[in-house]
Amino acid sequence: MKLLTCPVNGPRPVSEFVYGGEVRPMPASDCSDPEWARYVFHRSGIPGIKIEWWYHTASGTWFHAERDVVADRVIRTWLPGEGSMEVGGA
Amino acid sequence: MAYQLLRFALSREHPEPRMFRRPDRLKSSYDVVIIGGGGHGLSSAYYLARDHGIRNVAVLERGYIGGGNTGRNTTIIRSNYLTPEGVAFYDESVRLWQDLSADFDLNLFYANRGHFTLAHTDSAVRTMRWRAEVNKHLGVDSELVGPDAVKAASPQIDITCGGHAPILGALYHAPGSIARHDAVAWGYGRGADRRGVEIHQKTEVTAIDVQGGKVRGVHTNQGYIATNKVLCAVAGFTPRVTHMVGLTTPIYVHPLQAMVSEPMKPWLDPILVSGSLHIYVSQSARGELVMGASLDPYEVQSTRSTLDFVEGLSAHMLDMFPFLSNVRVNRQWAGMADMTPDFAPILGKTPVEGFYLDAGWGTCGFKATPVCGKTMSYTVANDRNHPLIEGFNLSRFETYQLTGEKGAASVGH
Ligand SMILES: Cc1cc2nc3c(=O)[nH]c(=O)nc-3n(C[C@H](O)[C@H](O)[C@H](O)COP(=O)(O)OP(=O)(O)OC[C@H]3O[C@@H](n4cnc5c(N)ncnc54)[C@H](O)[C@@H]3O)c2cc1C
Repeated sequence: MKLLTCPVNGPRPVSEFVYGGEVRPMPASDCSDPEWARYVFHRSGIPGIKIEWWYHTASGTWFHAERDVVADRVIRTWLPGEGSMEVGGA
Repeated sequence: MAYQLLRFALSREHPEPRMFRRPDRLKSSYDVVIIGGGGHGLSSAYYLARDHGIRNVAVLERGYIGGGNTGRNTTIIRSNYLTPEGVAFYDESVRLWQDLSADFDLNLFYANRGHFTLAHTDSAVRTMRWRAEVNKHLGVDSELVGPDAVKAASPQIDITCGGHAPILGALYHAPGSIARHDAVAWGYGRGADRRGVEIHQKTEVTAIDVQGGKVRGVHTNQGYIATNKVLCAVAGFTPRVTHMVGLTTPIYVHPLQAMVSEPMKPWLDPILVSGSLHIYVSQSARGELVMGASLDPYEVQSTRSTLDFVEGLSAHMLDMFPFLSNVRVNRQWAGMADMTPDFAPILGKTPVEGFYLDAGWGTCGFKATPVCGKTMSYTVANDRNHPLIEGFNLSRFETYQLTGEKGAASVGH
C-alpha cells in the first residue's frame, strides 16, 4: 500500500486521499474568453516535478504536494500558505 | 503441410519473408512523417498509401511497433457511444473491422462476442436506456435487457454479485467484439510497408522544427528529416510531443492497468463490463481472462503497475464469479492513457500548419484504429478535416462545445 503524508495526520494509505490536480494560476477575471478556456481545460501534460492539490478525505484537509509524476515519488507535502509554491522550494 | 515444415526445418531459408522491411537509414525528407508506430500511426500510413497514393511516408517509432497502448489494451471493440458524433464515428470503425482480416490476408482473430454493460443501480439502468435509445436512433444495434438475459449469456455469473451489487439490467450490444491487438499493428504495418511506406523502429522524435507557424521538419535520435506534414499519434506521449511545437492541450495522462489470468477452457462467451464494480472482462482465444478496471486516480507518466490494482480487481471479479477463487493471475501491466475532459478524442488540424493530431484516445482508442487511419489520412492528404472528425477538433474547448462521452466511455471500453 502506498503511503502519502498528510501535513495534519501524518502518513496514511493513499486510498484515503483524492487527487486535486496540478496547482495552476488563475488568470485575471477580465481576461479574454480563449484565455479563460485555456485555463479551464488546458493542462501542462508534460512530465516532471509538479506542485499539486491533494485532499485527505477522512479529515477533510486540502493540502499541497510536490511530486515527481514519472517516478510517482512525493517530495514534500504542506498546508496551503505554509510552504514554498516553487518546485525545489521548502 | 508436414512436408513443407520438414523441408524448412532442414533448410536455412526462412519460409516466409519478414512482416516488413527494415530500412536502415532515414531519408533526408518525406512527404509525411508519422510519429508513433501504434495502430493509429500505422493505419494512417496504410490508408495514406492505399487510398491517397501518398507513399513517401515514414513512420517513426521510439520503441517497437505496437509496443505502446496498441499492445497493452484489452481489445474491446464496440460502437454504443452516447453522442451522435461518437456513435457515427465508431460505427464506421466497426464496419471497417469486419473485413480487415481479408484486407490484410492476416488472421486478426476478430471475434464477435456480444457486449453487456451491466447496470447495478436504478440510475445506471436509466443511462443504459438512454444509450440504447440514442444508439437505435442512429442505427446501432443496442438494447436494454433484463438480468435473465445476462444470466442466459453467462450462466456462471452471480447475478446478485455477492448480494451487494445485484444486476438490475444491462445494455446489450450485439456487435461487441475482440481482436488480436498485435496482429492489427502488424497487418497495417505490413500493408503500409508493401505500398512503400518506411517503418523506422527505435527512432525517437526529439524536437520538431516549426518556422513561421509551419512545420518544416523533425529531429530524431537518428538524424534530421525535412517534411511539411507531421501526424502525431503517440497516445500517452502526446503532451511531450505537442510541447515540441508549442501547443498546449487539455490532455492529461493517467495510467490504465490490465491483467490476464492463466488460460482456462472456454467458458465466458460475451464481453462483460460493470461500471459499478469497475470491471471489464472477456476470454481471449487463448483461454485467458483479459481484465481491466478504471483509470488510476492520479497522474503518473510511466507504465508502472500496482498490487492495489490486482487486489481490487480480483475482489470485484470474485463478486461476479466466485468460482474463480483458485484461478491465478499470470500477468499485469499498465499503459499511459491520454485523457480529455469530455472523454472524446482530439483529432485533426491544429493551429500549427502541417501538424495534425490523433490523440486523447485515453481508454478507448483501439476500436477506433481503422476509422482513425481512414479519417486522419484524408485529413493529412487534403489538409482538411474529414467530416466524421469535425466534433473532435482541438478548437472545441475554446468555444466550450464539448462532445460529452463520459457516460459511455468511462470503465466501459
Ligand atoms: C490497459 C489498457 C486497456 C485498454 N483497453 C481498450 C479497449 O478495450 N478497447 C479500446 O478500444 N481501447 C482500449 N485502450 C485504449 C487503446 O489501447 C489506445 O487508445 C490505442 O491503442 C491508441 O493507439 P495509438 O496507436 O494511438 O497509440 P500507441 O499504440 O500507444 O502508439 C503510440 C506509439 O508512439 C510511440 N512514441 C511516443 N513518443 C514518440 C516519439 N517522440 N518518437 C517516436 N515514437 C514515439 C510510442 O512508443 C508508441 O508505440 C486501452 C488502453 C490501455 C492502456
